[in-house]
Amino acid sequence: MSRVTRFAIPLALFALLVVVLAIGIRQSPEKDLIPSPLIGKPAPDFSLPSLTEPGQRVSSSQLRGHWYLFNVWGTWCYACRMEHSMLLKIKQMGAVPLVGLDWKDDRQDALSFLKEQGDPYATIAVDHDGTEAIMWGVYGAPESFLVNPQGIVVYKFIGPITQQDWDQHILPRLSTSAAPAAAASS
Amino acid sequence: MMTLRAASLFIVALMASLLLASSAAYAIAPERMPTPQLEARYLALIHGFRCMQCQDESLADSPVNLAADMRREIRDMLLAGKSDQQIRDFMVSRYGYFILFKPPFVLKTAWLWLTPGVILLIGVIMALRIIRKRAALAATDVEDNDLMDA
Repeated sequence: MSRVTRFAIPLALFALLVVVLAIGIRQSPEKDLIPSPLIGKPAPDFSLPSLTEPGQRVSSSQLRGHWYLFNVWGTWCYACRMEHSMLLKIKQMGAVPLVGLDWKDDRQDALSFLKEQGDPYATIAVDHDGTEAIMWGVYGAPESFLVNPQGIVVYKFIGPITQQDWDQHILPRLSTSAAPAAAASS
Repeated sequence: MMTLRAASLFIVALMASLLLASSAAYAIAPERMPTPQLEARYLALIHGFRCMQCQDESLADSPVNLAADMRREIRDMLLAGKSDQQIRDFMVSRYGYFILFKPPFVLKTAWLWLTPGVILLIGVIMALRIIRKRAALAATDVEDNDLMDA
């Protein structure tokens, strides 16, 4: 009996350790993706200067009533440049308007970058000192928030959006959630 | 014996100097607050928040831009008369419990707080069993010696 437990206890502990480590390894690819507490909550209210139209402001109240993808970017951000062609494609598809947040950027750099590479955004707000990014819980660029017509954050995507990410994570949320809203309004 | 002691002293001194050197290298110029009370609260707060970019550092120790922005945000909130709890609640509402180095005890974090205690308890029980067993063995040894002496 004691001989059995002498083997059984370490074996049970080892099995427990294996389970714990297996869970850890399985979750490790998403270790860097910290879930946003804003999901399911109203998007932060803001009123910020427009990048493209001097003197104009971009505010959350203007954006109420339709879907938008709030995309945090900057010309200093390499991954944002990688994402840029996908953003242009999203614009071309007309699936959802892109609202940019130009994060801690140089205004002139941002304008000339968009002139060269194309402007995928419906409107761009400027967050010069990084205050607005903190309101959204941003910790890196690019980050994208899908906001529904009621102004609720439905989904947050961290990192550059690829075609696959768009197909798998963003488009399904847009179409399934959009359908009832469209039906209700018609 | 002496050389061993000298060697261990040397290692301790080396580790201490490395520790001091590293903290000096990463020290961030502290932003001053108008009163010592606010300064103390500010320092306590920024040491309690995780830098979201370099996740093992606090906001107080991190040199990245985002940490500087967050420190400025916390400073502004303190100067606006917000309480420590209000500031903590704000940071959690944007970044989640992950930003707190000391997460609160709620249902979601219960396992985090309880697991070390459970493991310690298992260890104590195992240690007690071993000690008791050894003590019993030692006692019989002594008895044998007594018999031999007599």
